[in-house]
Amino acid sequence: MTTDNAAPISGSIMVVGGGISGLTTTLEAAEVGYEVFLVEKNPYLGGRVAQLNQYFPKLCPPTCGLEINFRRIKDNPSIKVYTMAEVQKVEGGPGDYEVTVLMSPRFVNENCTCCGECVDVCGTEISDEFNFGMNKTKAAYLPNSMAFPARYVISSKIGADDAAKCKEACKYDAVDLDMEPKTVTLKVGAIVWATGWEPYDAEKIDNLGFGKHKNIITNMMLERLASPAGPTEGKITRPSDDKELESIAFVQCAGSRDENHLPYCSYICCMASLKQATYIRERYPEAKIYVFYIDLRTPGNRYEKFYKALKEDENVIFIKGKVAEVSEEADGSITVVAEDTIEDGKVSQTVDMAVLATGMQPSAATAKPNADLKISADGFIVNDFEKGGMFAAGCANKPADVMSSNQNATGMALKAIQTLVNR
Amino acid sequence: MSKKYGVYICTGCGIGDSLDIKDLCDVPEEEGLPVKTHEFLCGKEGVELINKDVESGTNALVIGACSRRVNFDVFRWAGCIVERVNLREQVAWSHPRSEFPALTEEQKGDEEHFDRVQMLAEDYIKMGMIRVEKVELPEPYKPDTFTRKILVLGGGITGMSAALDASKAGYEVTIVEKEDSIGGYAAKLRKQMPIAADPSEGLISPIVSDIISKVEADSKINVKTNTVVARIAGQPGEFTVTMKKPGEKIPFDVPFPLPEEMKLDENGKELDVEQQHEAYLKYNEGREDILQMDPNGEMFGAVVLAAGWRPDAIEGDDYTHLSIGDPDVITNDQFEAIAAKGKITRPSDGKEAKSVVFVQSPGKEEDDSDFNYCGAVTSLVSLKQAKYVREDYGDGKAYVIYQHIRTPGLQENFYKTIQQDEGIFLTKGAVTGVSKNGGGLVVEADNTLLGDKIQINADLVVLAAGMVPATVDDPVVNLAYRQGPAFRDNDIFDEYADSNFICFPYETQRTGIYAAGAIRRSMTIEESIEDAAGATLKAIQCIESANRGMAVHPRSGDMTFPDFFFQRCTQCKRCTEECPFGALDDDEKGTPKPNPTRCRRCGTCMGACPERIIGFADYSIDSIGSQVKAIGVPSEDDYDEPPFRILGLVCENDAYPALDMAGLKRLSFSADVRFIPVRCLGSVNVIWIKDALAQGMDGAFLLGCKHGDDYQCHFVKGSELASIRMKKIGDALSSLALEEERVTQFEIGIDECDKLPKMINDFVEEVEALGPNPFKGF
Repeated sequence: MTTDNAAPISGSIMVVGGGISGLTTTLEAAEVGYEVFLVEKNPYLGGRVAQLNQYFPKLCPPTCGLEINFRRIKDNPSIKVYTMAEVQKVEGGPGDYEVTVLMSPRFVNENCTCCGECVDVCGTEISDEFNFGMNKTKAAYLPNSMAFPARYVISSKIGADDAAKCKEACKYDAVDLDMEPKTVTLKVGAIVWATGWEPYDAEKIDNLGFGKHKNIITNMMLERLASPAGPTEGKITRPSDDKELESIAFVQCAGSRDENHLPYCSYICCMASLKQATYIRERYPEAKIYVFYIDLRTPGNRYEKFYKALKEDENVIFIKGKVAEVSEEADGSITVVAEDTIEDGKVSQTVDMAVLATGMQPSAATAKPNADLKISADGFIVNDFEKGGMFAAGCANKPADVMSSNQNATGMALKAIQTLVNR
Repeated sequence: MSKKYGVYICTGCGIGDSLDIKDLCDVPEEEGLPVKTHEFLCGKEGVELINKDVESGTNALVIGACSRRVNFDVFRWAGCIVERVNLREQVAWSHPRSEFPALTEEQKGDEEHFDRVQMLAEDYIKMGMIRVEKVELPEPYKPDTFTRKILVLGGGITGMSAALDASKAGYEVTIVEKEDSIGGYAAKLRKQMPIAADPSEGLISPIVSDIISKVEADSKINVKTNTVVARIAGQPGEFTVTMKKPGEKIPFDVPFPLPEEMKLDENGKELDVEQQHEAYLKYNEGREDILQMDPNGEMFGAVVLAAGWRPDAIEGDDYTHLSIGDPDVITNDQFEAIAAKGKITRPSDGKEAKSVVFVQSPGKEEDDSDFNYCGAVTSLVSLKQAKYVREDYGDGKAYVIYQHIRTPGLQENFYKTIQQDEGIFLTKGAVTGVSKNGGGLVVEADNTLLGDKIQINADLVVLAAGMVPATVDDPVVNLAYRQGPAFRDNDIFDEYADSNFICFPYETQRTGIYAAGAIRRSMTIEESIEDAAGATLKAIQCIESANRGMAVHPRSGDMTFPDFFFQRCTQCKRCTEECPFGALDDDEKGTPKPNPTRCRRCGTCMGACPERIIGFADYSIDSIGSQVKAIGVPSEDDYDEPPFRILGLVCENDAYPALDMAGLKRLSFSADVRFIPVRCLGSVNVIWIKDALAQGMDGAFLLGCKHGDDYQCHFVKGSELASIRMKKIGDALSSLALEEERVTQFEIGIDECDKLPKMINDFVEEVEALGPNPFKGF
């Protein structure tokens, strides 16, 4: 029996990616007592879940979970967060890595109080990528209303005049237009890659008409529309004419389970569409909701219960069939045509708007980390526990929902700690 | 500690433009407290100003500036008490002068006009000042005895993996397994599913024997087979565990709480404390009380609960159409046992089973649900078992009839390899019946990919039975806790053991006990191994936190813990009963025994206590009560038509950030409400509300999260308990001749700041319609 106050072992861990998985690994390791460097490429933490309106199956706001995690970061001095930062290079081996991190300029320093005066004088508008370009934001902006760290960003796209105006308007000398990219080198014993995922580019799915027809959107866009902090403050209407919805179609497996696009199942899209059906129902009690699917993947009692509740809604119609084509009617409505595998024919349905349940593509598929990692053909980082030292957590490792990502990310915190212990 | 006070007011970010800073500074100065202002308090110069005072002894600081949610790292000094007064988000930004005009020089001092925003700011400063006076810095609680050893319940694949993971991180582990050998269900399989990421190798030989040998070879792992826990007593860092042989009856078997019906006499009247205790003793005859520690018990710091699952039995009227009584209609579990022994044969006559139908969903045409407790695993197992048929017989045929094939994520890869097998027929369909057909069976199905109303001749029919978590049958953990040996109200989780399964997996309602594997949800072997690592991390984290005297999630790092003034305890047991985490065990008289390392510091006990004898170093009945009393309540003596005063007690986790967001978005709401953040609505003691009304405030409301089955409370039950208490407060109000409508509770999500102004303003209007509190001015 011991009564020892010290942390079990000294050492540092780097976590790459500050989405829900990276946050979880960071906090779980830091609360055992380890120093953790969290490197995030966006100017804010929270990743994809920060963009979600609600979690399934509880239909609760993800910002609730994020807020408590941010609070844990605030209360834990052994966590150091780098935003707008990316890993450039990893050298060394398990127990002894040297990581070069490149930090892009935010053009706003730690003096920022979030007062927002720079926004008022900034004329330049840029596409709001947090909302998938559905609206514009000022080039001096807070990335989202609950952004952590709570600090503004000035886009490099800002005009020189506007930049000068922002600098002038700031009473706190927080605007620093001379900021340069800089690199830091950090020594760590283990690295957890939690680089997450990108929504699959729906324009690549030719037959589903995204980008051609205004009233076809993606599931992630619908999350932003449904969010009270989103571009429409939670109003969901048809993009072409703001018409209130009488009908909507969800097109499952948009890109997923498809050898031409993503050969695997993206795990979350079935539950996400069912959840989104509740967004529609809440706003439009009478609207017809059509879900075109191959299989509904709602595994386990909790998800099955959620599905069951929706089945009882007679205005939610489930159609087993892969959508083969879509077309636009004269009034902007969308006709969805699916192969009905059971009836051996085609079913078609015209709706006000269609939502593509686009899948997830691991970020490493398009931005391969510069490190000695095994990456699958699909871009997932494969864990090699024998070798140790570097691990992938969450959707960098496999398609997963938030629940599984948190579960996996907690375990990877232990794997990282084991590397330090056995160094 | 001896306190030296200092008040610091930031005039930046619009605070100085909105408020009369001189008048604001008068508030602390009148109390003799030094005040300093700065136009940019969080800037270098501003912080330096405070640093200087701290260096010369100031240690109780009131920072009137922005919300405590920001600049948390700037306004932090070791060894100092710091109170952040939110003059920015919740005063200046949410009460624009365009709507709440400042007074002109002539209006100042008359009895007709008053400045609502200035009053708000001055009240908040007063409330901040009294708080730093009333709170203390916490001294951490350290258990007397302490161990880092981890107990793993269950020697299956999850338990063994957890043990190996803990050992690799340097911790000693004991595995307790009720069977004669470790290995669990994984040791009973013919083969395993392939690794999800790469199924190209096909089914793989069980890896369990390799894991068993690793466990047996590990000097840090102690394996106890043919053993169960009789009880787990004590608290994280120092659990005292009694083990026994399964089925044995021993004095340290865990006692059960007295069932509700036994607390009543024959007339339905509740027995008094002594009688109840007698009944309890009789009910648990032969068992030692929970407070009696087993002198021969073994000490552990934390527990990984990996007790796994059992195959569901498929029985009952819902399934008669499947001929469930027929010996050749079996479950996937029974099929696995046959396959593990050798070639697949029929139970009825031992004949080779070359045509096997796997039924995923039992529901005829009308229902596409799977069997109970099914998940992706049952779909995957059907695919695996279909492959067995093909392994055994070159001319074998396997049919999988499903409503939905559940092979999510990378499991899709395995499904695709199975689709390539020409002897495996996969079809969606509704199984309408199974019947005898000569020497075999015939399965009828509708709406299949193979056609309408098909019939398949089968030697064997296999039903995809689900995986029932062990906690359905048995508490397993056998906690010597006054609230009982099992997880409480676990039925809302379908008996799965984790209580915050989206954001914080592994956590149960009992601190220091972390669930892993199929006891949380059905998992494959691969998933269980991964899951074990997470639960082990949580167990290690709990041990290390207990050793530092710190709380675990969600108040990670909090060093306070509830302190009891026992002399005034009336043994009402409410704290023991209401604690969401079962942290308190009362003795035979009903006096609570705290177990600080079980505690998550939500303060529910403090909210429950009618004698108000429970408090934390920095959060107590007195600290909040004094803040309430610091609120100025103007009466007709002050103004012709004095403004109303309403108290808002807000949950700091979700509701307080939502208020901040409202400020950030410059949404405005009534300036007559005074908000006080609380740890959780469960910690709200009704005395605060009674005091507020007794001092003439006109109304009060609680603002917190959603409760019910999909609760959002970080402490599981806080907002629910608060709502129960609020319902009961009506009586107290009517005894004061006040309307019940003056007190209410609102649910708000963290993302619903847009709803706040209307919610607050409507309530203020309702209270105004009731008229002023008649106690005002007394």
